[in-house]
Formats: sequence, C-alpha cells, structure tokens
Amino acid sequence: MLKGLFDLKRWTALIEVIPENYIPGFLMTLRTALAGLLLALILGVIFGLMSTSHNKILRAISRVYVEFFQNTPLALQVVFYYSCLPILLGGTGFRMPKFILGMMGVGIYHGAYISEVIRTGIEAVPRGQSEAAQSQGFSYLQTMAWIIFPQTLKIILPPLANQALNLVKNTSALALVAGMDLMYYTDSWATSRGYFAQAYFFSALLYFIMCYPLARLARYLEIKAIRQPVAKASLRKEIEEAVS
Amino acid sequence: MKELFLQIFTSANLGFMMQGLWMTILISLGAIVLSVIFGSILALIRTYAHGPFRWLSRIIGMYTEFFRCTPNLLWILWIYFTVSGNKIIVSVGAITLFTSAVVAEIFRGGLNSIPKGQFEAAQSQGFSFLQTIVYIVWPQTFRKVIPALLSQVITIIKDTSFLRMIDIPEFMRNCQVVMATIYDVRGMMLLYGFEALCYFAICFTLSVVVRKYQRRTVA
Repeated sequence: MLKGLFDLKRWTALIEVIPENYIPGFLMTLRTALAGLLLALILGVIFGLMSTSHNKILRAISRVYVEFFQNTPLALQVVFYYSCLPILLGGTGFRMPKFILGMMGVGIYHGAYISEVIRTGIEAVPRGQSEAAQSQGFSYLQTMAWIIFPQTLKIILPPLANQALNLVKNTSALALVAGMDLMYYTDSWATSRGYFAQAYFFSALLYFIMCYPLARLARYLEIKAIRQPVAKASLRKEIEEAVS
Repeated sequence: MKELFLQIFTSANLGFMMQGLWMTILISLGAIVLSVIFGSILALIRTYAHGPFRWLSRIIGMYTEFFRCTPNLLWILWIYFTVSGNKIIVSVGAITLFTSAVVAEIFRGGLNSIPKGQFEAAQSQGFSFLQTIVYIVWPQTFRKVIPALLSQVITIIKDTSFLRMIDIPEFMRNCQVVMATIYDVRGMMLLYGFEALCYFAICFTLSVVVRKYQRRTVA
C-alpha cells in the first residue's frame, strides 16, 4: 500500500495529470451527485407521501419501490441501466450519456432510502395534527406544507444529510461502466502508470473534500435535533458530549 | 422464450452462478465477523481512552471519519493493487478495513446510550473497570446495536458486487460471465432479473429480521 509512496518522480507525475484527469473526474462526480440528489429528493418525497396516504394501492406501489431498490446492489442497477436501457429505449446504436446514467443510478437507489426517511418523519407527527388541520379546512397539500412538514424537518434532516453523504460515495459505482467520474479516471490512470499509492491517495483526498462537510453537517443536525427540547445548559453539554 | 430459458439456466451455468453466490456469502460473512471484532475494539478504545491515552482515541476518530468520507470501491481497488497475496483474502481485508470504521461508529452510539449510573452501580458492587465492560456494558450494547449491525450486513452483501471490478469470482461477476455467452437481449434481461431476485431474496430476508428486532427493542 505504501510502495513508492515517497518517490518524488511519481508525485510530479500525479501533479501533471491533475488538470486533465482529476479535475474533469471531480467535476463529473460533483455534477452527478448534485443531479442525483435532486432526483432522489423528488422521488423520495413522492414515494414517501404515497406510503403515508390512505390509498392501499399507492402504499403498495411505494412499498415495492422501496424494498426492491434497497435490497438489490447499486452496482447491479447501474450495469443494468447501462446495458439494457439503450436497447429498450432506442434500439441498437443508441448510447446513454454517462451523466444521465449516474444520475439515474444514485437517484433512484437513494430515492428509496429517502422515501423511508420521509415516511418515518411524517409518521412521527401525531395523527391528530392532520385531523385538526382538516377540521380547520386545510387541504391535503396545505396540511402537509404548513403543518406536518415544518414539524418533521427536525427529524428527517440528520438522516437526509447522511443519505447525501452516501450518495456522493456511491457515485463511484459509475466506474463499473466507465462513467468518466473521479473513480474511473483514478483507476484508469493508476493501472496505466502503476502509481497506485499516489493515484488512490489523491482520489481519496478529493472524495474526502466532498464528503467531510456533509459528515459535519449530519453531526451538527443530529446535535441540534436532540438539543432543541432541552432547556438546561448543563444537560445540553452532556448531550453534546455523548453525540460528538 | 422457453428455449432461451433452458439455454441460460443449464445445470452447468446454474452451478457456476451458485458458486458465485456462495463466494459472495463467504466474503460477506468473513468481512462482517472481522469488522465486528475490530469495530468493537476500536469503539471501546475510542470511548474509554482518557488521560494519557487520549491520543489513541483521537487517532481512531480520524480513522473513522476518513473512511466514512471515502467510497468503499476506492479501498477495494487500492488494496487490491498494492497488497499481494490471495485475492479473496485481500478483498475481505479491504471490505473489513472500510466496514470496521462504520461498525465502530455503530458500537460507539450503543456505548454512549448506556447510562452512567450503570458504571457507578457496578463500581459500588466491587466490579473492576474491565469486569464492568465485559459483564454489564457490553451485553447491553450488543443487544442494542443488533438491528444496525444487520443493516450493515445487507450493505456488505450489496457492496461485494463491487468486487466484480477486480475479477473475484463472486455472484455478479459469475453471472456476467454467463451473460457473455448469450447474444439475446431477452436472455440478458432474464439473467439480470435472476441476479436481482437472488440478491433480493437474501437482503429482504435480512431486512425483515432487522424490522422484527427493531420492533422488539422499541416495545
């Protein structure tokens, strides 16, 4: 793992390929992660609301979606989209852009997780709240937007930040289908030159730069969520110590 | 369609794919057992290393943070290319290295949820620190974290499919080998469906167990 780690020649070789290899890969991963997160949030909200509705069929659809995508590997899903979707959509000769592939892969996969997060968040708010809102003439959407959503935010934000973190990491599955992301560039440069220690170390650093703020955010939100109802300063300190 | 089905799922092919599935299960089992061992040691040190050993807890904190913020696939590739030895053992090692950090975090959460009064009570009864951990704190912690650990097992089983990148004969790679002999799109779809079904059967069973446990601990 540490072979040739202190070889200066290898480090200069790494610095030379940063503009042409690592920066496009980094940007691709970032773009895919952002678009994937947006898709995941949209799907998560739709299926999360469906799973709390009174309609049995909607609940069943949401259940199937969540269970299927949570219990099969992301790698399998991405490879499937890569090899089968073009044929289903446009016959032979049609190729999916890698960006769309990545967005779909992590978006649909994490959408299932986010849907579960949102479901538990909504279920944590007592049922009487929505009944009370309805008796005051609120429509379903109004109830959700003005009554349920603000209360559920505190519960769902920490796990949402965690999901975003995992989503960024999981974009690396694109490397399985030559997705032009950070992992792919790293892997191809490392295997072509054999400077494994440098290549992967730098790539790990870039992933860390992307993920660490999210990890801090998740921790901060966790502390905040526990802290809110606590009034005493001494208790608050104890809780912070327990969480951090 | 029936011909296609028979062409794919010959006994030789099925045996080959099931070998892959067995390998996936073995690798996952090895990785989770090792991760639980290392993860629990790391969590104990991180939680209880005070005074002159504070730096140990810091280092473990850095280790867990760093691994939490980098993808598993990166470590699989890095270790595969730089560590020589049996490919399968190396890949179990790579997954363990990554998962230990996650498991350590799970255990730490469990340890933190044990009230301080337990320690004081044990001390008043003449338990030493080590005895308190072994007989009082650890059993409670372990019971508490079982659902989270099982969810991690599901993640590991799914993550072993990344080992396809380094040509370990696990389930997904073996299915890919079979797929390469079939030139029909419908055949491909059938095989993907079969793959998904196998993973689903294992992971869904585990997740049902997780939910059962969660309900029991909550109630």
